[in-house]
Amino acid sequence: MSDTAERVKKIVVEHLNVEEDKVTKEASFIDDLGADSLDTVELVMAFEEEFGIEIPDDAAETIQTVGDAVGFIDKQK
Amino acid sequence: MFDLSGKSALVTGASGGIGGAIARALHGAGAAVALSGTREGPLEALRDELGERAHVVAASLSDAEAVEALPGRASKAMGGLDVLVNNAGITRDQIFMRMKDEEWAEVIEVNLTASMRLCRAVMRPMMKARWGRIVNVSSVVGATGNPGQANYAASKGGLVAMSKAIAYEVASRGITVNCVAPGFIGTAMTEKLTDEQKEGILPQIPMRRMGAPEEVAAAALYLASPEAGYVTGTVLHVNGGMVMI
Repeated sequence: MSDTAERVKKIVVEHLNVEEDKVTKEASFIDDLGADSLDTVELVMAFEEEFGIEIPDDAAETIQTVGDAVGFIDKQK
Repeated sequence: MFDLSGKSALVTGASGGIGGAIARALHGAGAAVALSGTREGPLEALRDELGERAHVVAASLSDAEAVEALPGRASKAMGGLDVLVNNAGITRDQIFMRMKDEEWAEVIEVNLTASMRLCRAVMRPMMKARWGRIVNVSSVVGATGNPGQANYAASKGGLVAMSKAIAYEVASRGITVNCVAPGFIGTAMTEKLTDEQKEGILPQIPMRRMGAPEEVAAAALYLASPEAGYVTGTVLHVNGGMVMI
């Protein structure tokens, strides 16, 4: 697992209070990990802080799964 | 009670009667205050009166960019932003049949849209802090309507509905959003009323007097306090019993 994926996973586990093994690449924040829409906003804020990037609102809306997040962040770096 | 030590509050319309009183009340409870408004003279005078923990962040609320930048400036001056008081308001009274689009738009822009922008801009720091207080200053006419004030009444009623919608969304993050709805309060805004108008109003008020800005400020202070942590989406009417809702 890449460094980005590890850090994303850690944030997701902390924020959504879910088991680590549930945080797979395909896992949807809302459908699989129990996030509500406000949780997804907070996750994006946490990603921005962790990786020192800016995730605009229209991009944030495309980030539905853990894999989406890792992919987006890797592209920004 | 109502100790705001260590908290930082942005108050718009702080050069006005009610806004100034709210800023004094929050500051008196220990908060740092950022005083916003368009007239720098009165804001600076208030800052000098309050002394430490008071900052001037002048801005025109009809300028969208200035509004977006305001919370950041306030936060920088105070070292944080925990309380937002959207108090600034204007009137452009006109009989409805003659109301011009500009008179409508100007009032909605300053009273409602600027408040929305400020609420939106403070969400991020408040969400992170898991604590926040937003107090929007509505008006009794937002609930009852008032002839000649279709624009103002719409903006103030809109503030109430907006506050409730936001309150739902952020309640789980420790952020409360409430309104204070003043009735007739002795300020520059009500000074514009003619004696005839005032005489018409007083008999409708069970208290038989206008309210003082400090009486509105006390309500705002309560809603901004840690003690009001279980109160959200509500409207606290301060109107001498004029309307009991």
